[in-house]
Amino acid sequence: MTRWFEQVPREFLWLFGSLMALLAIASSIGWLLARRADESKAASVANLVERINAWWVMVAILAVAFLAGSTTTLVLFALASFFALREFITLTPSRPGDHLPLFLSFFVIIPAQYALIGTSEYGIFAIFIPVYAFLLLPSIAAMRSDVEDFLSRSAKQQWGLMVTVYCLSHAAALLMLPLEPARNGLLLFYLLLVVQMSDVMQYVFGKLFGRTKIAPVVSPSKTVEGFVGGGLAATLIGGAMWWITPFTPLQSAAISAIIVIMGFLGGLTLSAVKRSLGAKDWGIMIEGHGGMLDRTDSICFAAPVFFHVVRYFFT
Amino acid sequence: MRPSSALLVGVVKLLVGAYARWVGSAPGHAQRIYFANHTSHIDTLAIWSSLPRGLRRRTRPIAARDYWGTGLRKYIATRGFGAVLIDRTRENPESDPLEPLRASLRDGDSLIIFPEGTRGTGAIPAPFRSGLFRLAGEFPAVELIPVYLDNLHRSLPKGAVLPVPVVCTVRFGAPLARLPDEAKDAFLARARDAVIALADRRAT
Repeated sequence: MTRWFEQVPREFLWLFGSLMALLAIASSIGWLLARRADESKAASVANLVERINAWWVMVAILAVAFLAGSTTTLVLFALASFFALREFITLTPSRPGDHLPLFLSFFVIIPAQYALIGTSEYGIFAIFIPVYAFLLLPSIAAMRSDVEDFLSRSAKQQWGLMVTVYCLSHAAALLMLPLEPARNGLLLFYLLLVVQMSDVMQYVFGKLFGRTKIAPVVSPSKTVEGFVGGGLAATLIGGAMWWITPFTPLQSAAISAIIVIMGFLGGLTLSAVKRSLGAKDWGIMIEGHGGMLDRTDSICFAAPVFFHVVRYFFT
Repeated sequence: MRPSSALLVGVVKLLVGAYARWVGSAPGHAQRIYFANHTSHIDTLAIWSSLPRGLRRRTRPIAARDYWGTGLRKYIATRGFGAVLIDRTRENPESDPLEPLRASLRDGDSLIIFPEGTRGTGAIPAPFRSGLFRLAGEFPAVELIPVYLDNLHRSLPKGAVLPVPVVCTVRFGAPLARLPDEAKDAFLARARDAVIALADRRAT
C-alpha cells in the first residue's frame, strides 16, 4: 500500500485534496440552501445541487483515470468522444445512405484516433481525421447514390467528427508530449481545471453582475461582465497554478488567458450549432448539465490550441 | 438481475441511451400492456432497458419467433430479457398466436407489444392490428400504456445489420381509457393516435 502511495506525485494529492475540500464546501452550501429555500427558488437550488453532484462524479472519474495511467485516460476520453458524437449525430438529420459512414465513425475512427495517440505518432494522429476520414467517409456515402442534401449531410458529419473526436482528442494527446520532467498528467489536469474554473467563474460573475448580453440569440446567459470577470478570475487561478506546469507564472497566466478565450469561443460556437439544429441542450445524459457536449464544448476548442502552444514552445 | 441481463442493458444504453420519459404515467407495479411504434429490432430492448430495474423482471416483451427464435438471438431473448416468443408465420393455422400472451397476462406479468405487427420505416406508425383490441377486452383490469420510441429507425433501419449509436428517448403516455361498447376499428385508431400524440412532444 505504501509503495503505491509513494508513486503518486505529491502535487496530485494536493490538487485532488483541495478539489474535494472545495466540493465538500459546495455540497454543504447546497444542502443549507436546499433546507432554507422557499418554493420560488427550489428549482434553481435543486439544479445547483445536481451540478455539484455531477462534479463529484467527474472528479472521481478523473482521479481514477489519473491513478490508473494513460491507457485508462485514453479510454475515458474515447468514451467522452463517443457520447459527444452520439449527441451530435442525434440532432443531425441523416439518411439511410449515411448508415455505414456513421457506423465507421463510431466504431473505427474513434478507436483509431485514440490508438494513434497512444502510439505517439504525431504525424498520423494530427492528420488522420482531417485527411483520411474527410475524404473516405463521403466517398462511401456517395456509393449509395443518394444525392439529396449530400453536401450538407457530409459537412455536418465531418463537423461532428472534427469537434467531438479530433478536437477533444487533443486533450488526451497532452499525455504523449515529450516533456521534461514528464508530468503530462498534471498538464491535462491544468487544462481541465482552467476550462472548468472559467465556466464556473463566468457563471458566477454573470449571475452577480451580468447586464450586457454578448450574443443574446446564441447564448442568453453569456454577458460581457461575466466573461471579463470570470475570465480574469480563471486567468489568475491558472497563473497561480504555474508550479504544476513547465511554465513561469507569467507564461502560465498568458496561456490560461488563451484557454479561457478559446473555451468561451467553443461554448458560443457550439451553442450556435446546437440552436441551428433546433435544440436547447445537446442531451440529457448528465443530470443538471445537459449532455456530454454541453460539458465539453469549451474543452473541444481549448484543447487543440493549448496542445499546440505547449508542443511548439515547451518541447 | 442476471449478469446476462445487466450486460444486455449496458450495451443497449451505450448504443441508444434508452432514456425513459414518463409524460402521462409513472413507473409502477400495476399490471400493464405497453404498446409502441415499431421501427427496428432494437425497439424491444430499448423499452425493456428503459424501465426501472425492479419492473424488468415482471415485464415481458413479445418477440417474433422467426427472428428471435434461433441461435444467439434466442439466447438473448429468453435468457437476457425474458421474451415471450410468438408465431408470426402461422405454420399451424389451428393455433392462436395470442395464446402465449394470454398465458403471461394470467401469470400476472406485464407485456410489451408492437401492434403494427411489423417494422415500419418512418416516424409515424402504420395502422394497428387487432391483437391489442382482443387482449384489452379479455383483460379489463390491465392498464394500457402507449409508448413512443424516437430515432431507432435511424440506429438500425430495416435491412441494416450494424447499429449506429443515436440517442433514443422512450416516452410513456397516460393509460388509454376503455370506452364501453367501442368498436374494434375505433379503439385501434384511438390507441394509435395515443402513440402518435407522444411523438410530437419533442421538448419533454
